[in-house]
Amino acid sequence: MYAYDELDRTIINERVSEFRDQVKRRLSGELTEDEFKMLRLQNGVYLQLHAYMFRVAIPYGTLSTKQLRALAHVARRYDRGYGHFTTRQNIQFNWIKLAELPDALADLAEVGIHAMQTSGNNTRNVTSDQWAGVAPGEVEDPRIWSELLRQYTTLHPEFSFLPRKFKFAITASDHDRAAIKVHDIGLRLYKNAEGETGFEVLVGGGLGRTPFIGKTIKPFVHGHDLLSYVEAILRVYNQYGRRDNIYKARIKILVHELGIEKFAQEVEEEWLQMRDSALAIDDAVIEDIRSRFSYPAYEKLPHMPEELKKAAHDPHFEAWRKNSVFPHKVPGYAIVTLSLKPVGGPPGDATADQMDAIADLAEKYSFGEIRVGHEQNLALPHVARRDLPALWKALDKIGVATPNVNLVSDIIACPGLDYCSLANARSIPIAQELTRRFANHETANMIGRLHVNISGCINACGHHHVGHIGILGVEKNGEEFYQITIGGRADEQAAVGTLIGPAVPYGEVADVVEDIVEAYLALRARPEELFIDTVKRLGVEPFRERVYATR
Amino acid sequence: MTSPLEQKKIRITGPSVVTANRTWDGVVIYRTAQQGWSAELSDAAIVRTSEEARALLTESIADDVGAIGAYVAPVEVKDTGAIKPGNLREHIRLQGVTIELPVPA
Amino acid sequence: MPLVKHGKITNDALVHVADDAEIPGDGAILITAARFLEDAEGLSRRAGRIGVIWPNNRDVDDLVPYLDRLAVIALVFPTFRDGRAYSQARLLRERHGFKGELRATGQVLRDQFVFMLRAGFDAFEVKKESDAEAFAATVKRYSVFYQPTGDGRLTALHRRMQLRHSESASQ
Repeated sequence: MYAYDELDRTIINERVSEFRDQVKRRLSGELTEDEFKMLRLQNGVYLQLHAYMFRVAIPYGTLSTKQLRALAHVARRYDRGYGHFTTRQNIQFNWIKLAELPDALADLAEVGIHAMQTSGNNTRNVTSDQWAGVAPGEVEDPRIWSELLRQYTTLHPEFSFLPRKFKFAITASDHDRAAIKVHDIGLRLYKNAEGETGFEVLVGGGLGRTPFIGKTIKPFVHGHDLLSYVEAILRVYNQYGRRDNIYKARIKILVHELGIEKFAQEVEEEWLQMRDSALAIDDAVIEDIRSRFSYPAYEKLPHMPEELKKAAHDPHFEAWRKNSVFPHKVPGYAIVTLSLKPVGGPPGDATADQMDAIADLAEKYSFGEIRVGHEQNLALPHVARRDLPALWKALDKIGVATPNVNLVSDIIACPGLDYCSLANARSIPIAQELTRRFANHETANMIGRLHVNISGCINACGHHHVGHIGILGVEKNGEEFYQITIGGRADEQAAVGTLIGPAVPYGEVADVVEDIVEAYLALRARPEELFIDTVKRLGVEPFRERVYATR
Repeated sequence: MTSPLEQKKIRITGPSVVTANRTWDGVVIYRTAQQGWSAELSDAAIVRTSEEARALLTESIADDVGAIGAYVAPVEVKDTGAIKPGNLREHIRLQGVTIELPVPA
Repeated sequence: MPLVKHGKITNDALVHVADDAEIPGDGAILITAARFLEDAEGLSRRAGRIGVIWPNNRDVDDLVPYLDRLAVIALVFPTFRDGRAYSQARLLRERHGFKGELRATGQVLRDQFVFMLRAGFDAFEVKKESDAEAFAATVKRYSVFYQPTGDGRLTALHRRMQLRHSESASQ
């Protein structure tokens, strides 16, 4: 957990005052909507179908108990009692009133939470691996660097009006849980042959209308040079990114149009002129940020405590343990994923009551810390294995212990046409129906790891391009239709999925997914061959044949 | 239901209304025939030609303080005279989400 | 459109000369980049001070050879959402050491004053009278800054370092 100091809190409070003044001037008419819209976006305030939507930042997906309670408070006091966790580790509230936003922000500021730059044409939440700091085999905690980047990018005077939004992600593990290859800047932390910490820097990844997998612009940037190198990239983008067409304004288009070599050259030229400037990070600064991250005082605990042995006879507990509990770098501890994908429920939502209960459980069992993953689940990162049975009982009671993590019913979905003014079609009811079709845990386990992603429009907030099965809502003659892709991946082997055939109507989507799963079960070489590997081995054709045989 | 935010020309295919969101709280509203706004669709002014639609939209947009995001939306007018939303998107805006809220309202 | 300098509304010392108008023999003038570059040498020999309006879609590199002869460079925000002039301003100030007046023009609104100051602007052609009047108060909105620019303000990171040193020094 990063401890905000006086300086961090001052910025947040000053931002809240500024926004309060801006809202006042908007409501009095002193600011037109044209002048105000970008200002409210820079504080995470969208206009959606029914109301304003408020997107609160959860920097690199880390929350304290106190902070989660504050989010519950906002849900209750200013909204309709629930929130939605997003694919960028943030949280969204759907019914907020503009006039009350400054108060909501002030309440959040008291616990160091803000909504700065969660929207707008600026640099957004720096996301990371939700297991950062506790994953076995991690090089070092990437959140140190995420925090450095967060501070560097917050209210940056030069880069607050970029051609378009700009997203960073950082990973420090071999298995990329942060999807860095589909971000504007992706950073892979590692140590070079000399043992120095640095980053492979990728640029130009992104989804949306024109998906691209990020390309390596520089194989190793020393940690000291991270900020100056990022500044060089941003400056080239700010000056040369297209501003004539919002669909061609992301950096991925600039990289594509220039070519990665030319783009890298432009950045290098710029960087060489500023690398030894005030942006050079010295070790003292890194240590200072690191020192503000507190880590638990872990005890020396056994891997197989009595409590766990005793609980092993309970098949429900065991089903959950095998599914939702993951190895921790400290012996005797575990990382626990809390599924926010209950059968029949909207994926990624949590009620205020659930948030409060989870906050309490985090305090009791996870040193007061919670994580938010981009797959729209939560995690408790520091659970002693001896506490797993007691924790499970409590999680089950509040409905966040569905043992479907990473399985077919662990669906990632955007809010879709039920909420979002950009959507062509609904996504949540599709997700709900799929969780019902695949509610049986034995079946889901037999199918194995399978990521289903649903987006209600081409903006791809549900990351459908990189789903093992991707579902994209489109509109045909006023009806909701869905294009289905397979073979996408968001991890270190990132790939964009392939369309399997013509779009199908709303009522058939669940059937199609069932057909795809059936095809996989028939085609897989052996039970251990994952869906994604079967698609890789055989291609899309065998699936297309089976699914569209009768359509 | 292509987002009307993409509307460039005002082309209407049947009876339409102008709708927006109220600035201070985001609530869905409809332009009335009395240069005002109402949260009730039944109060909405109905336009039937592109010119009427353009005129109503222009007048609505001029109220920058009271409403934001005004656009022209299709409606169905029943024989009884009752006005209904003309597509799924407008239905959702009027009636709310098509799913159960996680917390009873 | 009020011009704000040193935190208050002042008179513009420069006369804006249109491209097709004759350039007066003396007096301070503001002309377009195209006009200036047509006869940079000749204009540099003028008695009066020269200001150039530089478009936001052109590299400032082309203006760099003449910086020591310019009293004012006016950069442009065609809309406040087009942030290219922020980069241009920083490059002119920090990389090329421009010491003259750096003026923000175009859609210059209250809520970008702090960003503009930090990027190196010191004069502002403010769109609204009310914004110009609120300038001095507006620039006090923020007292903590995370990233270094040429404005000389200490960043939060460095203030922390200083605090640490003074803490350990007093132990």
